[in-house]
Amino acid sequence: MPVIEVTHLRKSYRDHVAVQDVSFSVEPGEIFGILGPNGAGKTTTVECLAGLRHHDGGQIQVLGLDPERDRDQLRQVLGIQLQESELPANIQVDEALELYSSFYRDPADWRSLRDSLGLTEKRTARFGKLSGGQKQRLSIALALVGNPRVAILDELTTGLDPAARRETWDLIEGVRERGVTIVLVTHFMPEAEHLCDRVAVIDSGRVVAVDSPAGLVTRVNAEQRLRFYPSADLDDRLLTELPQVTAVDRHGPQVLVTGTGDVLGAVTSVLARRGIVAEQLRVEQTTLDDAFIALTGQEIS
Amino acid sequence: MTSATYAVQSPLRRLTRIEFRLLLRERVGLIWGLAFPPVLLIILGTLGGQKADKDLDGLTLAATYVPIVIAFSVAMLALNVMPPVLGTYREKGVLRRMSTTPVPPSRLLAAQVAINLAVAAVTTVLVLIIGRVGFDVGLPRQAGGFLIALVLAAAGLFAIGLTIAALAPTGKAANAAGAITFFPMMFFAGLWVPRAVMPDALRHVSDYTPMGAAVQALQDSARGHFPHTLHLAVLAVYAVGFTAAAIRLFRWE
Repeated sequence: MPVIEVTHLRKSYRDHVAVQDVSFSVEPGEIFGILGPNGAGKTTTVECLAGLRHHDGGQIQVLGLDPERDRDQLRQVLGIQLQESELPANIQVDEALELYSSFYRDPADWRSLRDSLGLTEKRTARFGKLSGGQKQRLSIALALVGNPRVAILDELTTGLDPAARRETWDLIEGVRERGVTIVLVTHFMPEAEHLCDRVAVIDSGRVVAVDSPAGLVTRVNAEQRLRFYPSADLDDRLLTELPQVTAVDRHGPQVLVTGTGDVLGAVTSVLARRGIVAEQLRVEQTTLDDAFIALTGQEIS
Repeated sequence: MTSATYAVQSPLRRLTRIEFRLLLRERVGLIWGLAFPPVLLIILGTLGGQKADKDLDGLTLAATYVPIVIAFSVAMLALNVMPPVLGTYREKGVLRRMSTTPVPPSRLLAAQVAINLAVAAVTTVLVLIIGRVGFDVGLPRQAGGFLIALVLAAAGLFAIGLTIAALAPTGKAANAAGAITFFPMMFFAGLWVPRAVMPDALRHVSDYTPMGAAVQALQDSARGHFPHTLHLAVLAVYAVGFTAAAIRLFRWE
């Protein structure tokens, strides 16, 4: 049974429709990504999931609960980290964790949560003095302090430096290993590619596709490009004869091969037979970014 | 302490304790709400001496200012200390974060009101003691009336403060709105010109302001009379009206 089931969700504000028609379901133990450009309706969707907003149409079930009708019950089992929600500047890390854990009937041990999120040294530091990454980790800790079965994390790594981002990703994988189902809202492709089992691509309030990141890529275009410098003279026809190759171009001494399927294997074996080495060989595959652009017709950020 | 002892405490109590600690760390609130009013009384009491003043209804300057200084403290906390904190909580998404937990953000409001009322109560006691010990101002002779007036005044002023907090999108906006409300109110309370020496017309206007009504009701009961119905009614109307407004207008984000 899915943990989250959204069918034909619709939500409009006074002056515009934020969510047109969104449906997806999230399976237990999954990291499910909600991917889309700014203003696509991602945050509104999760706010409806969390019962923070009233939706105009469609159905939502989270752990078998209705987010609006069973609001109190849902709060006990759903952890949420929203964008731009801070804490008082002068509250200490431990105070915040202790306070928020007192809000739940069956909280996690906030001390071990703090330690596992690498905040032990900062336990008496005030929120206002924490770095962006530390604030974000505390935010994750607060989303998990109630021992939730589902955690919604909205734009988790926005504004973090690459090292802090990597650390946060590791943390999320750790959270999944505890058996928590995670909904990850992001507009950052590498994040979705790295973390998510499946992704719903949302554009202008509609779901454009739901698939694994790899599935989305193959769905759009399986074309690959190879670039290399041949160690000896090479006749283009050797390559254009190959069924996998669709085009061969040259940039000075550099050869650029476009093709589908196992074009890499085909090209390298031809070269090997001729005793030619492909120097500085680069393979460019379609990325989730390309897939996204193909699906939505626009750049993500 | 173990986490078991924490679990026993209700979230509201825990929240109130944390908010109180934050108030202590902030300092500014306590300087104006707790420290300044007694200092003001000491300065004015020392300047005025022991002589009763015919112009001040036969009271000493200290006796005239005891209720004013008490009202000052309550208004300071209700209008200038609490609303900026709540405005900042909205601005920074603290209320939004709380609304994702099982404890509704309204508890945060309750905790804020509770700690500021507590500080106001301490200041009131402090001011009464300083007046009694330092300047021979008798304790309120009509204690019941004094308490009723104080409670109604606090209810009215905190309701106004909550309405400001309900509308202010940021801490800064709340700060500005609080100050704009506070200074005219303090004028009618008689901070600069005590009510006894106000022209009649001005005093009549003052009767209908929360601080004017509060100061007169407190002064009457200090001298042993039960406060005028008019003043208590004025305070009650402010309390009810602004509580309704705050509830209706409050936005969590």
